[in-house]
Amino acid sequence: MAKSKPRVKVPKTASKDEVITIKTLISHKMESGQRKDKDGNVIPRQIINKFTCDFNGKTVFSCDLEPAISANPYLEFSAKVPESGTFKFTWLDDDGSEYSTESKIAVE
Amino acid sequence: MRNLPGIFVAGAAATAILATSGVLADQSNLPSIDGVELKTRAEAPKDHPLPEIISGFEFRTKETQALELDDFTNPGFLLVESGEETWSTAEGSAGKSCESCHGDAAESMKGVRAAMPKWNEAAGRPFTLENQINECRTEQMGADAWKWESDDMLAMTAYVGLQSRGMPVDVDIEAGDMMSWWEKGKDFYYTRFGQLDLACANCHEANYGNYIRADRLSQGQSNGFPTYRLKWQKMGSLHRRFKGCMDNIRAEAFKRGSDEFVALETYLAWRGEGLSVETPAVRN
Repeated sequence: MAKSKPRVKVPKTASKDEVITIKTLISHKMESGQRKDKDGNVIPRQIINKFTCDFNGKTVFSCDLEPAISANPYLEFSAKVPESGTFKFTWLDDDGSEYSTESKIAVE
Repeated sequence: MRNLPGIFVAGAAATAILATSGVLADQSNLPSIDGVELKTRAEAPKDHPLPEIISGFEFRTKETQALELDDFTNPGFLLVESGEETWSTAEGSAGKSCESCHGDAAESMKGVRAAMPKWNEAAGRPFTLENQINECRTEQMGADAWKWESDDMLAMTAYVGLQSRGMPVDVDIEAGDMMSWWEKGKDFYYTRFGQLDLACANCHEANYGNYIRADRLSQGQSNGFPTYRLKWQKMGSLHRRFKGCMDNIRAEAFKRGSDEFVALETYLAWRGEGLSVETPAVRN
């Protein structure tokens, strides 16, 4: 699992001001920095340290992740949807890379 | 009042029966994933070593079960998706992918995992899913064989295995010389190994449902492999699990893909006949 692949689950439609549940999952090894390899050298830390969810450019949810969080972190949260738009999800890696994906939702 | 002792005895007996069958929750509602029911308990045929055949699913917490029952939260699907990509990616000197010969996996691979290991006449031995995939790669595609525990192999066994999810495990131990492998696997199952001097049966036949330190012993069924194990934080093969058990009893483990492990896999598949394939299962 060299490259991290995000998965998100957002309803395609919602009614105005409905509170929806969003599920996200990303493949990532979340190497804690506490482990050692066979030769006793510390395996350098590499985790996803921040997750952000924006709706139409405005942050609706974000969190910092710490080394104790297990591989392939799964996050579930709720958001209120006032209008049609796009959720943008961003995961920030220790090595500076950014994984992101988008998901559209229509308010009926 | 005279009847009271009788009631007590009956009560105690009932409790004892409950205690031996362990954990096991209400089975009137079978667990299901997207409408596919999973048979997590099966009746044992006559002369079977177990009174009832129970999937490892039943021994896990509700939380772990919930992870498996939703394909989105099941982290095993990260690898399943990569297996799906590999399925249609051409590789090797013949310029072929799995898809070139087998077409749509949802049809051609249905039931394959449920019947593994399967006798291979040409090789003169049972083939596990890993053996079969590597033979396809080296003989048909002209590609390099995958390592047993590589992500590529796990992704493919998970993707192929998923096509049989919900189908009952049903291995043909009459084919070819399967019986001698079955016997060898059975010997293995009841042979004590390692410094702790334990056989598979000591834990998984005599003590399933009981705790071993903080972990609840299952029957050691193989119907969910390859499995996403939370302890491993990734998918792992059945042979990795075998090795883990052998390490735990302080024995020198056999190699993945060794004849010993293939024989054990053959015997175990037979012990779990009737349970639904749960690949990719989630375990603790």
